[in-house]
Amino acid sequence: MKSAAELLDELQGAMPGVKLALATNPSPSAQHSLVVAAEDALRVAVYLRDVAGYDYCSNATGVDWLDKETTEKVKTTRRVKKEVDGVEQEVDETVEETVKRVEPGCLEAVYHLYSMRQGPHDPHPPLVLRMRTANRTDRVELPSLSPVWRAAEFQEREIFDLYGIVFKGHRDLRRLLMWDEFEDHPMRRDYVDPDDFEYEPTPHDEVLKRAEEHRAKLAAEGAR
Amino acid sequence: MTTAEMKSGIDSGIKSYLPPVIEVEAENELLEVAMGPHHPSTHGVFRMDVALDGERVVRLKPVFGYLHRNHEKLAEGTTYLASMPYTDRLDYFCSMTNNWAYALAVEKLAGLEVPERAEYIRVITAELTRVQNHASAIGFLMQEMGASGTPLMYAFREREKILDLFEALSGSRMMCNYMRFGGCRVDLPEGWLERTKKIVAELPRFIDEMEALLTGNEILMARAQGVGVLSPELAVNAGVTGVMLRATGVNYDVRKVDHYGIYDRFSFRVPLGEHGDIYDRYMLRVLEMRESVKILEQALPQIPDGPILDPKSKPRGFRPKPGEAYGRIEAPKGELGFYLISDGSGNPYRYRVRPPSLINLTILEDMCLGQNVADVVLIFGSVDIVLGEVDR
Amino acid sequence: MLGEGILKGLAETAKNFAGSFVSEERLTTVEYPEQRLPQIENTRDFPFLVYDGDDAMAGLRCVSCQICEKECPPKCIYITKSADKKPDYVGKAQFYPTRFDIDVSVCMSCQICVEVCPFEAIKMDTEFELSTEDRFGGLILDRHKLAKSNEYYHQIHPTEAAEVDARLAEEKAKVEAKAKAAAEAAAAKAAADAAAKGTADATAKAAESAAKSAEGQA
Repeated sequence: MKSAAELLDELQGAMPGVKLALATNPSPSAQHSLVVAAEDALRVAVYLRDVAGYDYCSNATGVDWLDKETTEKVKTTRRVKKEVDGVEQEVDETVEETVKRVEPGCLEAVYHLYSMRQGPHDPHPPLVLRMRTANRTDRVELPSLSPVWRAAEFQEREIFDLYGIVFKGHRDLRRLLMWDEFEDHPMRRDYVDPDDFEYEPTPHDEVLKRAEEHRAKLAAEGAR
Repeated sequence: MTTAEMKSGIDSGIKSYLPPVIEVEAENELLEVAMGPHHPSTHGVFRMDVALDGERVVRLKPVFGYLHRNHEKLAEGTTYLASMPYTDRLDYFCSMTNNWAYALAVEKLAGLEVPERAEYIRVITAELTRVQNHASAIGFLMQEMGASGTPLMYAFREREKILDLFEALSGSRMMCNYMRFGGCRVDLPEGWLERTKKIVAELPRFIDEMEALLTGNEILMARAQGVGVLSPELAVNAGVTGVMLRATGVNYDVRKVDHYGIYDRFSFRVPLGEHGDIYDRYMLRVLEMRESVKILEQALPQIPDGPILDPKSKPRGFRPKPGEAYGRIEAPKGELGFYLISDGSGNPYRYRVRPPSLINLTILEDMCLGQNVADVVLIFGSVDIVLGEVDR
Repeated sequence: MLGEGILKGLAETAKNFAGSFVSEERLTTVEYPEQRLPQIENTRDFPFLVYDGDDAMAGLRCVSCQICEKECPPKCIYITKSADKKPDYVGKAQFYPTRFDIDVSVCMSCQICVEVCPFEAIKMDTEFELSTEDRFGGLILDRHKLAKSNEYYHQIHPTEAAEVDARLAEEKAKVEAKAKAAAEAAAAKAAADAAAKGTADATAKAAESAAKSAEGQA
């Protein structure tokens, strides 16, 4: 099987103008991935299944990347009008500024693809295919790849349930694990547990904090 | 939703594999049955919303989540090591293989080497797990067929011996928590290999007994042959793995494909089915047990002395470099995968279990439509799932 | 012949049924609780705290480092560190737990507390008949209930306990040897200093510093 980089070239050759990028993986596993734009995902997936031989989608899952706030010092050079020796001149001036930048987060759907057709003679690492939503709040739609690989059917439902990615074209997009009336998406990094206090004899960390708040509330009610 | 409606939503040129749509004459005369969450055929809590036209199943929707505890979220809030005992509780029949799959993914992520002795121990425990899982799976299938007790008790009698081995090795019968990143937790206790050799030597006799009891049984044949048929194309497309896939005739066994561990050192065959029905699945489990015994017979005398843990591995303060890894093994239920993303801290940024039990249920609807309602129980039983893994 | 398979199967069950009267191997069940299977040595269920000597609270090996509390996957351990210190088995002053609770109804017997403990202070018990009517009183074990002697540990896990003892003895010997060497070196140095200066005062000082360095090494 081809490596992710070779496949990238092949796909770009076969589908001119396709929006694809290679995301390298620095860990020893060296499982690099292809990041595909949502609008091209379906035809890339069909190509991968029918032409490149990746007929088996092993794993589909979501990842939540929060908005990242980075502060960095940037040196900028500007042309400034200045009086030098009594004459007005244009001079390059370098100013150091602290720039606060918010990298918008996204929800990501990750698919691990293998080839069953190749059989046991050609061991190969998984091809990792990723799609990203525009943001984490309102533009969370991605095309469903379950028409291409049926294996993604339940897994996409699970991603929808736990991460809130809406898969367009999914044949039956409902919650899988949580109950239908449940509102939030619990696997998101910023998910807040509902405030349902439960007595625990050996509390830690957040549970302890909540237990103390609860006790304080009870004491206040008792005083009243 | 019909196929036509569904196709309108997407690019119509794609060849999709969808369940058949069964024509119903009188929609308002259908009988809707909620099979479960508590029902003899479910090995845990699981519901099937079935619509019946007489005895015939015309619609079926599985409902999950009764045992959901968000294992993945728990793992993201704790260290890598602390998730190891939780993996035991996914598929509680096969904690050794669960441990191995997780350890394998972390080893890929952190680049740890597993010493040879540990690899042998892993193969031995995994194959013992496979034998006891398949034996019990057959027992449960028979239970659902109405053979209450006998085959299941025979299977459990053998399973008990294997669980005693696990207890002597790891301290616990089912929740072994035995593998570590880069090896195993403790070395084999004294006399363990000899006891294992003795038990493995007796296993073929047990499998013969099981076969004498069941294989030629006319009731089993009548109920299992030609029921719950799955086509190889659909099975591949739906990501079905393990015995379910091989019963359709697709030669795909992760042990052979990925050469993970040291499986390429042993000679064993991958049994394949022909029809993809329940009987093939039963037969394949029997044959796989025989192949596992073969692997055990090769591995037990070969096991070398040496360390059992990579010296780079440590119980406290384990922080893999940023990156991600997907590791998978051939668990008794199918392909069990773990997907990990590290951000360089002590907790995984993303921890995902690819549960074979859940994904093998994708085609439950396809297999059951058009069948009799009594066979639904059987078809579901032949998938061999554990709800702890389905719902996580 | 139709029915042959069924008959064959029935013959197999009959063999097992009749066999259970004559062969021990075919009769695998035991009548618990009157009859019990022998304990398997490595068996684990819930943790306990090991103490040395006779006084359980004084001899606890736990130094209240709270590593197990942090590493415990279901977070069922609750420790309060003491304000003062008391000497441990090598004589070094250590903190000790004023409160050490394990909620065994939450504990999942995973043994991770044992693995991460650097002081061999927490080990796995084999006592499993813990059922009680009182969930909060009976299933939360405090340090008094958890403390069990090293002899008991030897009794339930002889091989493992012997290894642990050997390891601790080695460690202690190492510490003592180091302390002794340090004391000797300090004494020799002091003696040399004293000889050079010729004051009786210095010898006393040297002895003091030697004692101090020995303590510091420990």
